Amino acid sequence: MIIVSWILIIIMIVLAILSVQFKDLLAAVVAMGAVSLIISLLFLLLQAPDVAMAEASIGAALTMIIYIIVVRKTERREK
Amino acid sequence: MIRKITYTIFLSIIVATLILFFVAFPFGKNKMGVGKYYLNNDIKQTGAANVVTAVTLDYRGLDTLGEVTVLFAAAAGVSILFYLIDQDKKKRERQVYPNFIVRVGSRIIFPFILLFGSYIFIHGHLTPGGGFQGGSIIASGFLLLYLAYPGERVNRKKLAVTEGLAGLTFVVFGAIGIFTGAHSFLFNFFPKGTLNMLFSAGILPILYIAIGFKVGSEFAGIIDDMMCQTVCGGEK
Amino acid sequence: MIFYVGAFILIAVGLYAIIIKKNLVKIIIGLDLISSGTNLLIVSIGYVKGGTAPIFSHPGILPQMMVDPVPQALTLTAIVIGASELALAAAFVAILYKHYGTLDIRKVRGLKW
Repeated sequence: MIIVSWILIIIMIVLAILSVQFKDLLAAVVAMGAVSLIISLLFLLLQAPDVAMAEASIGAALTMIIYIIVVRKTERREK
Repeated sequence: MIRKITYTIFLSIIVATLILFFVAFPFGKNKMGVGKYYLNNDIKQTGAANVVTAVTLDYRGLDTLGEVTVLFAAAAGVSILFYLIDQDKKKRERQVYPNFIVRVGSRIIFPFILLFGSYIFIHGHLTPGGGFQGGSIIASGFLLLYLAYPGERVNRKKLAVTEGLAGLTFVVFGAIGIFTGAHSFLFNFFPKGTLNMLFSAGILPILYIAIGFKVGSEFAGIIDDMMCQTVCGGEK
Repeated sequence: MIFYVGAFILIAVGLYAIIIKKNLVKIIIGLDLISSGTNLLIVSIGYVKGGTAPIFSHPGILPQMMVDPVPQALTLTAIVIGASELALAAAFVAILYKHYGTLDIRKVRGLKW
């Protein structure tokens, strides 16, 4: 569990920094969804299956679609 | 410049809090306060196998009612804001229709998504899951329909009626508790049943089913507001 | 331990996005990062080493082996509230874009410092 959580947290931090730094907003949004998915895996490692299900279905699916619709309604590049 | 100074101040606060956490709340140690009481008395007092459900709906049921109210307020706010945009002439965007396989496949898969969501919120007191998770799964099923059939929308009036009836169920079952037994809101007046059976835990499954319908219809409404700005061209 | 560090780094990255970045979508992403980091922090406070999930799924599980259920219930609430708050913020961004024609926060009057 220790090694798995180390690997997952390092991937999560890299993805979070990428999602802030990407110039392409759609790529940033997809990286944000990946961060949510990894956080739901971490909740599973922390013995919280209820929270993991909520995060996977709300944080990674519904939130992503809200972001994607906003990017589509506005503009895609960050100037 | 001032932004960087502000960020530096916040960053130092964060680092100080991290050190404080390492000292005050050591990771992995048993530091339960009220949680121990909930764990020890859960089976006797509520009869639900899932302690998280018992805490969410029974011990802190009033908080959940407030949370559902906040969710309703946010959905209403999204609706109002998009109505403000809607006032102007809508410019027609180029619509992309999905292909045959996506349309037919989504039609086949949609009832199963509804079934899975209902399964999750009906068994909320036995297995991980519950009204919030099942409701959002149902809302993502509606999202699939919106992606597969652009130009069509769900009936908003029926969504609103479902949401209102679900909220009413929650409040009515809470209010019955005032007149029976312990004279408190959300008192668990049904028989507890045996542990790990479907009909157990008193009123908790009924409350979670109500929450599932309410969350599902609210998120479906939010998705409808957002998708119909870009994808579908029909009138409200 | 690493869970605390990861949660605090998420909060720090989210604060960076809110304070330094000037794009409105990036600011919403920062809000979401902060809320996710806080959820991870709260759940990891309630973890007990070697504990199981707080569900009496078969008779051999005793209350002494379980992790704390209260942070999990609080986080369940916080995730749903966070999603609805995010939808509201997204609607505000769409309205601002329609009004000002840009996502740059410096060009939105009344919001600069």
